[in-house]
Amino acid sequence: MNCTKCPTSTRAVIGLPRHNAAFCKNCFITFVHEQVARAIKSFKMLSPEDRILVAVSGGKDSLALWHILLKLGYRADALYVNLGIGSYSEESHRKVRHYADNEAAAHGAKLIVHVVEQEAGAGIRELATILHRPTCSTCGTIKRYQFNRAAIEQEYDVMATGHNLDDEAARLLGNVLHWQNDYLDKQSPTLPASVEGFAKKVKPLCRLSEREIAAYAVVNRLDYIVEECPMAKGSKMILYKEVLNRLETESPGTKQRFYWGFLDKQAKPEAPAESMADKDQRTLLPCDSCGQPTTAGTCTYCKMMAKAKSATLR
Amino acid sequence: MLVQLSHPNRQIEVKGPKRTKDLLRELNLVMEAHLVIRGDELVTEDEWLADADQIEIRPVISGG
Ligand code: SF4
Ligand SMILES: [Zn+2]
Ligand SMILES: [Zn+2]
Repeated sequence: MNCTKCPTSTRAVIGLPRHNAAFCKNCFITFVHEQVARAIKSFKMLSPEDRILVAVSGGKDSLALWHILLKLGYRADALYVNLGIGSYSEESHRKVRHYADNEAAAHGAKLIVHVVEQEAGAGIRELATILHRPTCSTCGTIKRYQFNRAAIEQEYDVMATGHNLDDEAARLLGNVLHWQNDYLDKQSPTLPASVEGFAKKVKPLCRLSEREIAAYAVVNRLDYIVEECPMAKGSKMILYKEVLNRLETESPGTKQRFYWGFLDKQAKPEAPAESMADKDQRTLLPCDSCGQPTTAGTCTYCKMMAKAKSATLR
Repeated sequence: MLVQLSHPNRQIEVKGPKRTKDLLRELNLVMEAHLVIRGDELVTEDEWLADADQIEIRPVISGG
């Protein structure tokens, strides 16, 4: 497979069926940066003067996001929350530290770290047990709180998270399956700052699939943690993503049409649709051959039968 | 060829030469959820993998 963009047709490192394209390393990096720039522009996420706080976990999405924002020339610091989940937290902390010291520092960006154990006296799993709450919901509350607090206290203009197309499509599927209408409203890639002291939130990777971001991390030699948080095992999100990926494999572009289509609908609410009964009244007339309702002069059935008869008579 | 897999971490030996997409199919893995890395370079699905290659199949799905 060769790059579909280079005149010299260099060997491609990735094929992107949903875009009918394949890219060499350089064209792929350009493609990713363009997709992020487009998302930032079309959802009015960032302006060049903004001070941005990126939530990093040590995983591919958040590290790639930090990297891309710095490469695009934004002023982006990062916040890492150490959850105290054994070797998973130790290793992810190390990877974030490594990126901060070896890459981000050169762009003048800094890393802020919050260690859950230092403030709460216990890691996230112990806390969840004490509080009789599921680990992931405890974790979510703590991360959201710390992220917002750091953003407000240190006067960042925008908080950015590494949510990608797969995350958003999977969440949308979950919300639609359960008709969680309130949550649907919160699925926009840009959430404005609200009065109660919440900073503006953006998701600049929402145009890129999880696989594209992982590939971007690999070609840029970003050292991220491949291992999953042990608490994520068996999560509903993973199941939704697997289902969507099976559909995507059969018909490339499914995830994108699903999520972007939703965003389009949200952006321009349609005029109330004509009711089905009204529409029927307006368009249906009796067939001139059999009298059944039809939108054409002669109904499709009668036309089919006429054709079949003339063919068998011949 | 030696193939490195994750979740859980393990290595398996697979006979080459073989196309990337056939390797994935035989292991029952979806392309959309994985990257295939030879040495430290990404390879596309139509690429031939040789017996002497060091391959990593890296899952890209995360559940957080
Ligand atoms: S899987 Fe659960 S515990 Fe682990 S980082 Fe995600 S939300 Fe937190
Ligand atoms: Zn190219
Ligand atoms: Zn008729």
